[in-house]
This record gives sequence, structure tokens and C-alpha cells, in this order.
Amino acid sequence: MTATVRPIRAVKTAAEAALADTYAAAKALLPGLPAAREQAFRRFEAQGLPHRRVEAWKYTDLRALMRDAKPLAAPPGAEAKARAKQGGAIFASVEARRLVFVDGAFVPELSDLSAEAGLSIMPMAQALASGDALVARHVGQVLDIDDPAVALNTALMGDGIVIKVAAGATVARPVMIVFAHSGERPVSVFTRSLVVVEPKAKLTLVETHEGAADDQINAVMELIVGDDAEVDHLKIAANRKGALQVATLIVSIGARAKFNDFAGATGGSVTRNQIFARLAGENAVCHFSGANLLQGHQHVDTTLVVEHVRPGCESRELYKSVLDGESRGVFQGRITVQAEAQKTDARMATHALLLSENAEADAKPELEIFADDVQCGHGATAGALDEDLLFYLKARGIPPKEAEALMVTAFVGEVVERVAHEGLRDSLLAAADGWLQARSA
Amino acid sequence: MSLLEIKNLHAVVDGKQILNGLNLTVERGQVAAIMGPNGSGKSTLSYVLAGRPGYEVTQGEILLNGENLLGLDPDVRAAKGVFLAFQYPMEVPGVATMTFLRTALNAQRKARGESELTTPEFLKRVREAAAQLGISQEMLRRGVNVGFSGGEKKRNEILQMAMLEPKLAILDETDSGLDIDALKIVSDGVNRLRAPDRGMIVITHYQRLLDYIVPDVVHVLWKGRVVKTGGKELAHELEAKGYAEFQGEAA
Ligand SMILES: Nc1ncnc2c1ncn2[C@@H]1O[C@H](COP(=O)(O)OP(=O)(O)OP(=O)(O)O)[C@@H](O)[C@H]1O
Ligand SMILES: [Mg+2]
Repeated sequence: MTATVRPIRAVKTAAEAALADTYAAAKALLPGLPAAREQAFRRFEAQGLPHRRVEAWKYTDLRALMRDAKPLAAPPGAEAKARAKQGGAIFASVEARRLVFVDGAFVPELSDLSAEAGLSIMPMAQALASGDALVARHVGQVLDIDDPAVALNTALMGDGIVIKVAAGATVARPVMIVFAHSGERPVSVFTRSLVVVEPKAKLTLVETHEGAADDQINAVMELIVGDDAEVDHLKIAANRKGALQVATLIVSIGARAKFNDFAGATGGSVTRNQIFARLAGENAVCHFSGANLLQGHQHVDTTLVVEHVRPGCESRELYKSVLDGESRGVFQGRITVQAEAQKTDARMATHALLLSENAEADAKPELEIFADDVQCGHGATAGALDEDLLFYLKARGIPPKEAEALMVTAFVGEVVERVAHEGLRDSLLAAADGWLQARSA
Repeated sequence: MSLLEIKNLHAVVDGKQILNGLNLTVERGQVAAIMGPNGSGKSTLSYVLAGRPGYEVTQGEILLNGENLLGLDPDVRAAKGVFLAFQYPMEVPGVATMTFLRTALNAQRKARGESELTTPEFLKRVREAAAQLGISQEMLRRGVNVGFSGGEKKRNEILQMAMLEPKLAILDETDSGLDIDALKIVSDGVNRLRAPDRGMIVITHYQRLLDYIVPDVVHVLWKGRVVKTGGKELAHELEAKGYAEFQGEAA
């Protein structure tokens, strides 16, 4: 065998070429930060779409999965907006402040912009165009992330939400960002959001993504959790079959803050959920959780990078997937404990329940520890339902499908229980129930 | 017609022949005790009756009210009135006992074409039955048997039986692991369920249980067959003499 040195990016795929064209055509029209966009696009172009030989993306080969790149979404017309009214249905019963996007563009007339002390809300497109100071300071700068999907988002970001919660303020209702899609034609959408929760403030933040068939969604949220702040963040991927989504959360967590993150997926064909978290202050307590319910050929990849920087922080990572049909659930988790982060307590676990012989679970948990006085652990399991337990339930008269449903609910219930807000938690359990009923129908 | 008729039952587990031509009849209203040494096939019989996967019947028949049970799924048998109190009750994390009971009861009622119980009706019945068995509300909220002591698990089995009101109850060593007080509570629970249209098979090693749950008939199981049947005095005899007299019996 002869070793040859190949240029890394010899040929562009059709999708990469289309993205380059899209960027070239759109860049003069995109709001704000031209230099940052240009730099980000060059960064993306140098790497191209991530593929299986890129370690961080080895299970989700975007180069193979993206045959083409859909055109950027046009601003939604009246009909598109009308369709978006059903957006966020999964949390319909939850009293929340809804902020609605259609095909990636903010729709003020469908949103609740009523004033609340300590809460400021602005659409990202407007903030970018007007050179808003908060955005100029933080967008692309919350953490230094070298990821091709994030770079592409920075280059092409259109709209999104900018939220600031002032120091000490408690936002009364959950803020729910509904990313609805019209489905008029397949589009690509690059949303970018920035949420700054100042010290001692409290916020519950929800995102629902409801992409239409064959939509391509690249959604990035940058979040700053200030010292002593408390933030609960939920993200639900309820995209239609055929949709491809890369959703990235970039979060910096301050001292003594409490941060709970939950990501759930039931829809879409390909979902990549990436979380980059930095526990930047002392004694923060963070829970990262997720539950995926998959069937058919669905593919969900959760990739989590948690960095403990300062001493005394606790983090709990728990991800569960229920995999039916020929679906595939991927979990990659890395916890890094820096030398200074003594007394770190970090525990990561991922569990997959295989409801079909053709489903596949991949897990790659990693610990990278540079401090000596820490408690860290990880575990991963994958397996079918316990036949003995199923028999116990059936012996009591519970039919097979119902017995399975009970056990699946119990399995994901452990993660859903971590959601503090009762209404949101109940909605998630109802969604799981709906999934199970559809399955046994 | 008898409640249960087992004729010439042969069963194989993991390629091993365990039941060898077992005959047994249980009448309505009857409590039949089954005694027999370790490994004689008592639990195997109970699993075969409940329809556990992997317990393969190779010959013979099982009739409940004249109807063949073989080939029916466990949930179908349960709805027809078969109930097994497990020798080793399983833990079901994440499924609250309350939810479990309710799902089971309503599934059985549905299968029999009966209406579901309303929430107040259901709660009333669970509370009463649980109180009689010394099972707290907190335990009902916990996952089924999760963190329960051995004795609590056995009591929970009897609670399930009380709620499900089976036609044929099989109690597999429900007395094992019970202290004297719990034995009394569980026996009282079982005795309350004695009824003219209900039959019970009580599997035990100890005569002591049969002082509390007085059987109408005692069967001796030996190497997968019923080799002797007698009245309640047979249990005393076995307690005194053990199973030596059956040593010569062929399988
Ligand atoms: N899965 C299995 N594979 C092989 N042999 C088995 C299996 N299950 C049970 N057996 C055997 O079948 C025989 C009968 O077992 P069973 O549990 O029915 O006995 P038992 O009468 O209930 O005993 P005990 O009084 O100890 O509860 C034993 O020899 C046991 O080892
Ligand atoms: Mg036994």
C-alpha cells in the first residue's frame, strides 16, 4: 500500500456546491455581521459537510445524508402563517409565552410580545441588522466552537430570537419558541438565537421544531446562564418524515447556577442534537437529559460535550432511546474535567431499549479528566424488553402491546421525570403515550 | 364439570422433562394444597398453568371450566380467571403499583366485555384491599415491588389477587419469607377470598401455612406427578415423615 497525500477537499458534493451558491447569492442580503459570516463560511468550506471520517460526526455522515441543499426559505406569506397556527401542538395545554417562527422567520402577529418586567425580546434578524450591542457581543462568542454545522449557521443565519432576562428577574411563564414550517416547498432554514439570563434570574425556555417533509434545519442557540441563575431548557424535535435537522445548543453556565436541559425527538428522518456546555463557574448543578422515540428509518444522534472548568460542579447526563423498526440512536458524550475543576461530580449514562431486531444503538461515552479529586462515571446499556417482566405483566391480564407500552413508558419516564415544570412534563408523557398508541395501532 | 382438570400433563423446560403425566382436579370452592420436595415440579406446574413462554407442554391437557387453556396467551388466561402468585415476584421499576393494578384490572374487564371501573370505585377497592393487607399508600405509589422486602412482595401478590378476583388462584410458596405476623395477614387475605365459585392451589413446604389456610385436599407432587392425595392430615404426616415413602416411585 502506498501512502498518498490527498488534498482534503478535492471535490465538492452537490449539496456543498449548492450551499456555496446559496451563500454567494444571499450574503449581500443577510442581516449584519458580514465579516463574521465570511470568516465562518470559509471555515465551513475548508472542512465541507462533516462525514464519517470526522470523529465527532462519525455516526451521522451529513455528506452522505444530504444529497442536495434546499433553497433558503422565503419570508412566509399569509397562507404559510395560517398553517403555522397549529405549531407547538405538543404543548398546547401549557400556559406559555409563545414566540412563533414560520419557515425560520419571526411572525410577530402570532407571538405574545406583551411586556414583562425584566424580560426583553427581539427578533434576531432585526437585532443583527440594527447592530444590537448584546448580539454584537455574544453571537458566535459564547463558546469557541469549531464545528462545521455551527460555522454554516453563522454564515447563513437569518432570524431567531434574542432574549434577555435581567438580573434577579423571574420570568413567570415558560417562553416557548415555536419553529413552525409551512411545508409549501422544501426549504433550508438557519435560525440563530441568543438567550442571556443574567445573575439570579429564572427562566424556563422551550423550543419546538416542526420541520416539514424534506426541510433542512440548522438551528443554533447560544445561551448564557449567569451566576446563581436557574434555567430549564427543553427542545423537542417533532419534524415530519423526511426532514433533516441539526440543532446545536451552546451554553455557558455561571457559578452556583442551576441548569436543566432536556432534548426529545420523535419525528424527522435525521436529527443531530449537539450540546456544547461549559460549566464556567464554581458549584453549578447541571442536568442534561434526553429521550428519543424512534421508528422506521429514523436516525437521531445526540452529541454532548460538557466541560467542567471550575471546582465543585455537579453534572448528570442521562439519555434514553426507544428504538423500533430500523431506527438508529446514537449517543456520543464527552465530559472533560479541567485541572482546576476539583471536586467535580459528573455521571453520564445512556440506555437504549431495542423494540426491534433491526434497530441499532451506538454509544460512545468518554471521560477526559485532568483533575485528581473528582467523582466521575459513565455507563451505557442497550437491550430488548425483559421477557420475564413482560410475562409478569401479561400474567395479570395485560395484553402484550399494553405491557410493552407500560414498560416503555417506565423506561423513558425516568428521564421525563427530570423536567421540573409539571405541565411540560405531562405533555411529554402524553406525547410518549401517543407515540406508543400509534405504534400498537 | 370441575373448575380445573389436568390430564396426563407432560412438560419440558429447556429440553428437560419436568412434568411426567400429571393428573389433578380442582373443584369450585376447593382449596387444594400441593406439597413436594424441592425440584419436584411445583413451580413448573404453576408456570405451565399461567402460560409462561418456554414451558412447553408435550402431552396432555388443561381444562378450565371445560375449556382448553393450552395455546392461550398468558393475558387471555388471566382474563379467564387464572391467577398465579409468584414464588419470586418481580420488580417493575417505573410502573407504579396503582397504575399496574388498574391497567390489569381494566384489561381483564375489557377482555371479558365488562365496563371499566370508574376512578372512585377503583380507588375505594384498592384502599380497602391494601389496608387489610397492611400495604401503605406510599407503597402503592412506588414501582411494583421496587424496594419491597420479601414479605411485602408476597403481600403485594395477594393484593393483586384480591383486586383481580380470579376463578383459579395458584399460590406458589406465598408463605416463604413471611414472619409470623405477616403469615397471619396473608392467610387472612387468602381466606377472605375463599368462595364457592373459586378454586385455589396452595403450594407450600410447610404444614404451618395449612393451619391458617386449611385445605380441603392435599396432593403430593413427586418427580412431576401427583403420587398421593389425601385430606389435611396428610400434611401433618408429611411434616413428620418427609418424602421417604416415595423414594421408590418411578418418574
Ligand atoms: N429453565 C430451566 N431449565 C432447566 N431446568 C429447569 C428450568 N426450570 C426448572 N428446571 C428444573 O425443573 C425442576 C423442577 O423445578 P421447579 O421449580 O418446578 O421445582 P419446585 O417443585 O417448584 O421446587 P422448589 O420447592 O425448590 O420451589 C428442577 O429440577 C429445576 O432444576
Ligand atoms: Mg418452586
